Amino acid sequence: MDNVLLETKSLHRSFGGVHAIKDVSIQVPRGMIKAVIGPNGAGKTTLFNLIAGTIPPQKGEVTFQGRRITAWKPHVVAGLGIARTFQTTKLFPHMSVLENVMVGRHPRTRSGFLAGMLNLPCTWREDCEIRDKASAILEDLGLAQYAQETASNLPFGRQRLVEFARALATEPILLLLDEPAAGLNIYETKELSELILKIRDRGITCLIVEHDMSLVMNISDDVVVLDQGQKIAEGPPRVIQRNPEVIRIYLGDDYAQNSES
Amino acid sequence: MMRLRRYWPVAAGALALIALQAALSLTGATYYMTQITMSAYYALVVIGLCLLMGYAGQASLGHAGFFAIGGYTVAYMTTVNLLAYRDTGLVRALHSLGLVVQWRNLYGAEVLSFSPWPAFIAALVLTGLIAFLIGMPVIRLKGHYLAMATLGFGLIVYRVVLGTRSLGQADGLSNVPPFPLIPGLEVNGRAPFRIQNYYIAWVMVLVAMVLAINLVNSRVGRALRSIHQSEEAAHSLGVNTYRYKLAVFVLSALFAAVGGALMTHYNGSIGPSEATVMKSVRYVAIVAIGGMANLWGALLMAILLNFLSLRGVFGTFDDAVFGAILILIMLFAPQGLLAWKKGTFYFFARRLPDKARESEKSRMSPFSRGRPHG
Amino acid sequence: MNFPLIVQYGLSGITVGSIYAIVAVGFNIIYSTTGIINFAQGEFLIIGAMMAISLYQVVPLWLAIALAVIVTTILGGLMEVVFIRPVRNASVLRLIVITIGLSILIREAMLHIWDEQPRYLPYFTGTESSTIAVFGAYISLQVLWVLGVSAVIVAGLTVFFRFTLLGRAMRACADDRMAACLCGINDRWMVTLSFMLSAGIGALAGCVISPVTLTQYDMGAPLAIKGFTVAILGGLGNSMAAVVAGLLLGLLEAFVVSQFAAAYKEAVAIVVLLLVLVFRPTGLFVRREIGALRAA
Repeated sequence: MDNVLLETKSLHRSFGGVHAIKDVSIQVPRGMIKAVIGPNGAGKTTLFNLIAGTIPPQKGEVTFQGRRITAWKPHVVAGLGIARTFQTTKLFPHMSVLENVMVGRHPRTRSGFLAGMLNLPCTWREDCEIRDKASAILEDLGLAQYAQETASNLPFGRQRLVEFARALATEPILLLLDEPAAGLNIYETKELSELILKIRDRGITCLIVEHDMSLVMNISDDVVVLDQGQKIAEGPPRVIQRNPEVIRIYLGDDYAQNSES
Repeated sequence: MMRLRRYWPVAAGALALIALQAALSLTGATYYMTQITMSAYYALVVIGLCLLMGYAGQASLGHAGFFAIGGYTVAYMTTVNLLAYRDTGLVRALHSLGLVVQWRNLYGAEVLSFSPWPAFIAALVLTGLIAFLIGMPVIRLKGHYLAMATLGFGLIVYRVVLGTRSLGQADGLSNVPPFPLIPGLEVNGRAPFRIQNYYIAWVMVLVAMVLAINLVNSRVGRALRSIHQSEEAAHSLGVNTYRYKLAVFVLSALFAAVGGALMTHYNGSIGPSEATVMKSVRYVAIVAIGGMANLWGALLMAILLNFLSLRGVFGTFDDAVFGAILILIMLFAPQGLLAWKKGTFYFFARRLPDKARESEKSRMSPFSRGRPHG
Repeated sequence: MNFPLIVQYGLSGITVGSIYAIVAVGFNIIYSTTGIINFAQGEFLIIGAMMAISLYQVVPLWLAIALAVIVTTILGGLMEVVFIRPVRNASVLRLIVITIGLSILIREAMLHIWDEQPRYLPYFTGTESSTIAVFGAYISLQVLWVLGVSAVIVAGLTVFFRFTLLGRAMRACADDRMAACLCGINDRWMVTLSFMLSAGIGALAGCVISPVTLTQYDMGAPLAIKGFTVAILGGLGNSMAAVVAGLLLGLLEAFVVSQFAAAYKEAVAIVVLLLVLVFRPTGLFVRREIGALRAA
């Protein structure tokens, strides 16, 4: 089981009577790109929130690197090496692009209040490091020319990329991407696919919630399908594509009957 | 060194201070110094509040309460007469440690009370503790709930000092002795020491500004701003939002307490009027008009408005002026007045990357975004 | 403590509590339609009473009160149109701060128009010594007026919101402003109306309580704090709960005064406020989760 990076066991979460997530168990092995798909309202973002600690599950467990992290707070989870992006981009609108990414270095750095207020020498080197590493990431993603631009001024596609860069700055082991292709055109989506593959090659495991089927089919090693809070299918993309249940929830009964099982 | 560039306004401020003092001395108008010195102590509160409201984005309608706690603690401890208990073990122990001294007050009576330094330390510790205890549950609240809770806190402090006999009730505490900071340098209100006190007060303010500027430009400062601009994102990036918000809350309370304690020694007294809701509202109005996340703006406005108010320029409309300021700023300039002079600010700022980023990017108020709660 | 004394304190508690309830209802009306906490709510009571007192010098009492209520209602509407409506895209906190500024300005204006002397309307029926006996306690007739007027206000509002088209339109607006707009409801006027309604009932409450508690220019703020406490206690937006919570607070205050010093009376509301905010910010009567969704 050393290979399993993240595992959820029988997660349950409901809101006022609505079961957002019901008995969901998934495993994400190291180095894999796993996609979570399903119709709207299937509970995909809730799943991310449960893993990342934004909301606690009512039943079930989340394990990361063999350690139980169920209901641990988001900032602690980030410190462990799980980073995430959001369905609607949550940049820091009035900070520069560079500063946005610099905040991403937070879990890997340590200067505190006192050191900051007194401008102690030990903070100087750390600040330089933060700046340098952040700049390097921007270079890497082709965003270097925007470094001093106010984040909210960027075009939408670039903003999503900045959020990506920010998540990468935390040096994550696992990256949770919530609909990274939402609102992107074909070319941007293709760039995104290549970026995710490049990241995987660097050893970062990715769990992606996505609606864009081309992205899912092209780059994911494994796909989980959620519907109304429950896992209804799991397997390689090609297999999932032909699964009649999956077709049914997306397209309706007529189409499901026409497929091979 | 790039790092030093951020301090140029401090140097400019110091020069301006010296120039002002020289001007006042030469023209024989040194009596203005009293109000200017008092404005400095009020400015300490404003600086702390600016960090809390502008950078961390948390409202507080009760900061006068912390000012009062600082001031009253110092006043009480330095005027409470322990002479009757002189022979008890505790008092003798305190005496041998040098914590209590015997002195003669204005009426010629012998008083045995705490000396100013222990009282000052106690005031800071007490304020910090109270801010921590109050902050712990309250910081979790969002938007208007936080505002109301801090308002409630301020009201309680007011009621306590107004109703407690040993705190002087409506008359407050007076006969507070001067505060010898270091041998030869004393905080008091006597005329011959006016210039000395002017500098003491303003050096305090400059030190506070340096600390604040450092904080804002540091990793922690960045984290605070990130909490303000998107708390959820900051949280997901490893920022312990609760702890940071609480820390800034306590820090701003400490700033206020220092202001209160020193002002009390300067005036020789403190009264319940320092703990009113109007005072808290005043501090908020000043931060708002100076530009929420604009430390220098807040400082300038603090000096200007407090000086005018103390000189009585607003007459009986004092409270009304601050109320009007709040409304006008919120209606027309939620970023603060000094944001309007963007052209000028940018001109100065262009030479200094640190400052440019600061004034441009973080001049943001929690009042100008469409976000409804929290 | 003997029974008549309990009745005495109890009735005094309920009397004052019903006024808190009216203030809270005013808060709720505005909060429901706009999400704003109107800090100037307490001032409406005082303006209404002060105006009625001045008008009483030239017209009969009932007319003075009626005119005062009408004028205050209009003022409430003006306040919204001039200060709240033009603010575009504002965060709720900003609007709340505006109402704080407004409450200060209104108070200062009242100080300069009328002075700081406490004034009062005459007792509606009889004089201050007209009392009736209830279970051995002597209570003033005005108390009956207060309770009666409060009950009428609450009943009237219930009828208004439930059975009239306008009332339902306001509720629609409170629930989902965009949807109401799409149904042809003029949401901006609904907001103005909510302010006017709050101002009107505030003024009426201020008039009816004036003979008992007197009226002074700076009584608005403490009333607002207590009214807000009551509104939160019952759960913001929930007016029936506000009524119950108001009576509770009134009784609690009366109890504290009867057992401890009168000086602590003011502290009761604040302590309750802090406790509620810390432990149950969604109010006593709202199930936690649903309340959380609503407050969000």
